[in-house]
Amino acid sequence: MWKKALIAAPYLWLLLFFLAPFAIVLKISLAEPVFGQPPYTHTVSLENFAFLFSDKLYAITYLRSVFMAACATLLCLALGFPMAYGIARCGRATRSLLLMLIILPFWISFLLRVYAWMGLMNNYGTINSLLLWAGVIDQPMQLMYTDFAVFVGLVYSYLPFMILPLYASLERMDLDLVEAAQDLGASGSRAFWDVTWPLARPGVIAGCLLVFIPAIGEYVIPYLLGGPESLLIGRVLFDEFFVNRDWPLASAVAIVLLLLLVVPIVLLQRYQSRDQENTA
Amino acid sequence: MNRQSRFIVSVLAFGYAFLYIPLVLVIVYSFNDSRIATVWGGFSTRWYGELLRNEQILDAAFLSLRIALTSATIATIFGTMAGIALARFRRFRGRTLFSGMIVSPMVMPEVITGLSLLLLFVTLQQLTGWPAQRGFGTITIAHTTFAMAYVAIIVQSRLMSMDESLEEAAMDLGGHPLRVMFDITLPLIAPAMVAGWLLAFTLSLDDLVIASFVSGPGSNTLPMYIFSKVKLGVSPDINALATLIILLVSSGVLLSWLVARRRT
Repeated sequence: MWKKALIAAPYLWLLLFFLAPFAIVLKISLAEPVFGQPPYTHTVSLENFAFLFSDKLYAITYLRSVFMAACATLLCLALGFPMAYGIARCGRATRSLLLMLIILPFWISFLLRVYAWMGLMNNYGTINSLLLWAGVIDQPMQLMYTDFAVFVGLVYSYLPFMILPLYASLERMDLDLVEAAQDLGASGSRAFWDVTWPLARPGVIAGCLLVFIPAIGEYVIPYLLGGPESLLIGRVLFDEFFVNRDWPLASAVAIVLLLLLVVPIVLLQRYQSRDQENTA
Repeated sequence: MNRQSRFIVSVLAFGYAFLYIPLVLVIVYSFNDSRIATVWGGFSTRWYGELLRNEQILDAAFLSLRIALTSATIATIFGTMAGIALARFRRFRGRTLFSGMIVSPMVMPEVITGLSLLLLFVTLQQLTGWPAQRGFGTITIAHTTFAMAYVAIIVQSRLMSMDESLEEAAMDLGGHPLRVMFDITLPLIAPAMVAGWLLAFTLSLDDLVIASFVSGPGSNTLPMYIFSKVKLGVSPDINALATLIILLVSSGVLLSWLVARRRT
């Protein structure tokens, strides 16, 4: 009895506030926009989806979002892997300090951390002022409102999500294995690709998914740091809803985005439950 | 040092500089007297004074704190229940769906979560009249929903790393399952619950996008206020606010780190 209640309470909450809303989004994505409150009809048609697939702009925006998220994920991996590796190889005291410093920014407001880059990348911001002063450039570079700025923001915000799972799998790894490989004549890079990398793979997969999935729908970073012409799908959804007040179309945009994310989310769930079993 | 470790050390140095230089600069510029935030005009604390006199900010901060306290507490209760269920009951009907609903909110793009919850609230209002208005209540529900996932995962992994023998022994000695839970299980997972509550609290204070969807007119949370200001560019009083938050959070994290290190 009490066992059932223990499961039922959070279960019902999630069914009502997490799963049921998706059914409503699906229903409204099939409606048509009208003036009024609420601004949609109760009809059923596939018109919104037909429109999404016929208008090239949406296809390009989806592709661009996936591409930007994938690049940001790779950049996080390129920076995060050596960092996680280095942290895992430190002595115990240093390791705990370095880990704490990775987690700390995570507790500070995400919005304020993105905001911090606005002051750095401004035309009259710190980076440009320094470069001008050093004589490297003789007029300010355009950093803000570019894709470069969006990448910086994405890597900056999501880096801890990459490092932590990487660290978890690298820390579990037995260093003797690498040494044994090298004693048997493997070169440094050979030992890395044949021993370290396969052992780190669960962490790599988890880290990449934790960065990639939320980055696709990112709204704040492209809004504050990106240019007006660099449309990303999170922004499009937000604007369809709040600016154009086209709820059905915004819902259709959300449904297509969800379909894109089903595979990576299922992968992540599989990985999570396997990881939990391994630690047990 | 060989070539490999030189490479690792320089990447580490670059990585930490990348993470911390922007934060340090915000702190430095918050003491800048000039109204143009990127030009140095001498040392001053005037922006802190303006911050404390800005009632909009104070109202928004108060609303955010109330939401964070409430949603973190509910999320910890439900999240702990979910974590125990996932860790201790290997098989029950709908377990896959349940664990899917626990993992997904953590990575779900915020625009989707926000949109779907708003549409739910609008539909519910049409059908039942509740919620009559959107604000504190609806934002709290939204934050509870995504935060309980984090609590559940933390509690679950804590329980997984503990063996069940203590609980089993208590049951073998005739303890009622409920009694065992309150006397044995809960004290053992208390640290995980505290960590979960703190994370839920922080995530709630941090959220902009979901709150923007599910809030109504007149209820601005602190991130919503900050966003409406920084949209227009760098602003000195936001530097001061950011500095306060950075210093507060950092000292909290540092302190708990020191305490935890002492203990081990």
